Amino acid sequence: MALALFVIVAIFTLGGAVGVVATRNVVHAALFLLLSLLGAAGAYLLLFAEFLALVQVLIYGGAVTIVVLFAVMLTRSSEYPRITDNKQWPLGLITATALAVVLGAAFWLAPDVVAEPQAPVFTELGASLFTKWALPFEIASLVLLVALIGAIIIARTQNVAQGETSTEGEG
Amino acid sequence: MVPLLYFQLLGAALFGIGFYGVLARRSAVLIVLSIELMLNAVNINLIAAASYLNGTGRFAAFDGQIIAIFVITVAAAEVGLAFAIILRMYRNRGTVNVDEINLLKW
Repeated sequence: MALALFVIVAIFTLGGAVGVVATRNVVHAALFLLLSLLGAAGAYLLLFAEFLALVQVLIYGGAVTIVVLFAVMLTRSSEYPRITDNKQWPLGLITATALAVVLGAAFWLAPDVVAEPQAPVFTELGASLFTKWALPFEIASLVLLVALIGAIIIARTQNVAQGETSTEGEG
Repeated sequence: MVPLLYFQLLGAALFGIGFYGVLARRSAVLIVLSIELMLNAVNINLIAAASYLNGTGRFAAFDGQIIAIFVITVAAAEVGLAFAIILRMYRNRGTVNVDEINLLKW
């Protein structure tokens, strides 16, 4: 039963991933990415990581996909369907396959784990996040703040012709 | 019961596909999407290891899941910044193809 579910989830994840790297339409690529990310959320559920599955659906399925679609819309990437792959794609295919084979072989040759997957106690997860991992947690919040401000400063329209950096009155 | 190895092989395959996307795509948008695939492969591995190896080794008490939360956080920040840069690139050069952004190439 669990194995059948795993096969379904793996097909969704890998199929979506192949769609992302193979399709010529950027919008289709974003939607394939959504499929792949939801498949990954299913894999988290199979691993009894319900919280992570929820976060995955909320952040990736919601926020990231919307941001990607906005970027596609604003850059009109979909109007450039001509050649989406560059000339070195055969080399890239060889390298990526070799990397995947090496990674897979490393996992294959590792000592077998006979353990069963366990579900964390939710309160323990939260307590660990705010005690043992409190410093990384705070740093992550700073990273998000810096990324937010940086994204606004990079992406906002400036009146470059007059060399003006002030944006008052534009909002 | 699904062995841990299957999840790890799934992660390896997903990482390989994302790596191919980064190497072979021209559009910066598609490259960012491929990077997201690679980050997800890492997350699958982290969470699988956390669930199966809980209580063994130095990392115990589902630390893998907490690291995965941080990976998701950084990935979200990365997507926002990456698309801000792509937007600025598009405004300045009129293209998002990385092989046409050759201002620093000599």
